Amino acid sequence: MIEKALKGNRSYWIWIALLVSVIGIGLSVYNQQRWFGLTVTGMGRDISWGLYIAQFTFLVGVAASAVMVVLPYYLHNQKEFAKTVIIGEFMAVSATMMSMLFIMADMGRPDRILNIILYPNPRSIVFWDVLALSGYLIINLISGWAMLGAEKKGVAPSAWLKPLVYLSIPWAFSIHTVTAFLYAGMPGRHLWLTAVLAPRFLASAFAAGTALLILVSLVLKRSTGFDTGKEAREKLAILATYAGLANIFLLGMEFFTTFYSNVPAHKESLQYLYFGLEGKYQFVSLMWFSLISGVVSIAVLLFPALRRSTKWLIAACSFLVLSIWIDKGVGLIIGGFIPSPLEEIVEYNPTSTEILIALGIWGIGILLLTVLLKVTVAVKMETDS
Amino acid sequence: MMNEQRREFIKKTALGVLVGLGAASGLVPAFSLEKTVLPVWDEQPVPGKIRWGMLIDTRKCKEDCKQCMVACHHEHNVPDFRNKKEEIKWIWKNQYQQVFPTASQQFPGKETQERSYLALCNHCADSPCTRVCPTGATFKRWDGIVAMDYHRCIGCRFCMASCPYGSRSFNWQDPRTAIHDPVTTYPTREQGVVEKCNFCSDRLVKGQQPACIEACPEQALTFGDLNDPRSDIRLLLESNETMQRKPELGTKPSVFYII
Repeated sequence: MIEKALKGNRSYWIWIALLVSVIGIGLSVYNQQRWFGLTVTGMGRDISWGLYIAQFTFLVGVAASAVMVVLPYYLHNQKEFAKTVIIGEFMAVSATMMSMLFIMADMGRPDRILNIILYPNPRSIVFWDVLALSGYLIINLISGWAMLGAEKKGVAPSAWLKPLVYLSIPWAFSIHTVTAFLYAGMPGRHLWLTAVLAPRFLASAFAAGTALLILVSLVLKRSTGFDTGKEAREKLAILATYAGLANIFLLGMEFFTTFYSNVPAHKESLQYLYFGLEGKYQFVSLMWFSLISGVVSIAVLLFPALRRSTKWLIAACSFLVLSIWIDKGVGLIIGGFIPSPLEEIVEYNPTSTEILIALGIWGIGILLLTVLLKVTVAVKMETDS
Repeated sequence: MMNEQRREFIKKTALGVLVGLGAASGLVPAFSLEKTVLPVWDEQPVPGKIRWGMLIDTRKCKEDCKQCMVACHHEHNVPDFRNKKEEIKWIWKNQYQQVFPTASQQFPGKETQERSYLALCNHCADSPCTRVCPTGATFKRWDGIVAMDYHRCIGCRFCMASCPYGSRSFNWQDPRTAIHDPVTTYPTREQGVVEKCNFCSDRLVKGQQPACIEACPEQALTFGDLNDPRSDIRLLLESNETMQRKPELGTKPSVFYII
């Protein structure tokens, strides 16, 4: 089937060339990072995780959100999602791939990555996250590819596929729960030390990931003419809306517990992010932009008339994704390090090297998604005609 | 004929399994068939029998004195980048509210506030850093020391995120360019790994006191076995009011302070 990715029109190849050059730049800059060390990034002693880990966290969420189509389609027989489900699975594959690459990019000694398997520490959440992520990647790739293969041959999918797809449902929840546990289990990082971190991760993932899926399906419709259906998009928009509401509700819980209890250690990070601390407020305007654009886009999606209009849908979904990307990527990860264990407020700015490497990884993920979707669309168009 | 082939097959399979096991025992340390006994100790070390600890009498610590820091950083080839972002430190001084941010701050005495306080790895009895390390590159030794294997560390910096005391430093670049007066008795580190105070396990094995203890001209530091009720450190702990850093986190630090 893969040969179908080798046949495309002019704009397809321009798009591929663009992605390949972004990847090329990313790789050459990464080579510098390998040579000189992580000193080329904006990270340091106090803010020891930055853009890479932020992207990792956001993308695990995007990967998990495939469950928002898999679950209604396979468990509740929602036929509208028939054409969307495979796009969700392949988006999960590429998002998982990117999140794993972001971990690689963040490592001081990526040449020793096998140590995680050679000397496993089951008490470390990283160990479980590696298992969860690689398992999820394989499950989604196999089930998506095999379904498509069956469709191409015009036969019913193999019997072993059903249990695999069912397995992917709890697995999707597990990848993001385990990812939240990476943060939520650490004493002394009070922004993360909260029981609602995993639920918030899931809610924000289901909102942003589903909104992204709507956008991808619209891009596919415009670029290839393959339409997953207006009805599917509208249902997805409703799911994204409720997930987004849950996310904002959980953020509200965080605000209440933190500020009403008035415990200094719990308050400081949130105070710094949204109101500034000791005259320092690097992220305040960004966090408010995130919160307001999140609330407004959910409000837009709540009106049936607005979400049925493609223009409004695109705008609302884009801002919802952006809002959660800021909230989860910038706010939650960087904010967790401020103030430092020695009560210092340090600012973090990613360097251009860091940004180019991040773009390169996004390029790899989008290239993978493009190829997978190209094959999908070719097969679907063939069987339809 | 058939039986002979089958016998041959079984023989070869058994041989293959044996070879496989042999190879696996060499490759995967957890499966190794033979346990190595380190000849350094006469007897097997008993986990938990000894728990090394330190008591810092901050009243004796002189404000401008840096001898413990200098001795430690020299002894262990700790690089000095003269750059706060990439600073590597094993033992250092900070203000009261930085070292004890959760202690009472409301009406501090002038003297308490003006002094600075030593900070180093607490070698916690319940260390969060060893819990989160994905490879066991940082681990708890039988004598309570939280140790590092610089050759196993993958540089994920999970331990740095989980340490509530800021005691861990990462080699953001090649440290060898910033070691101004290297010693040959302790290894230098490579780019991309984490490091921190090792409670001078390299000196303890030779029967010496930690470098900071020895360097202190005021005898402000006491080192000893917290599990031995007759040790100096235990006697001092029992006869003085002492503090630990952020005890509410349940990490059980092995470094104590007299304020």
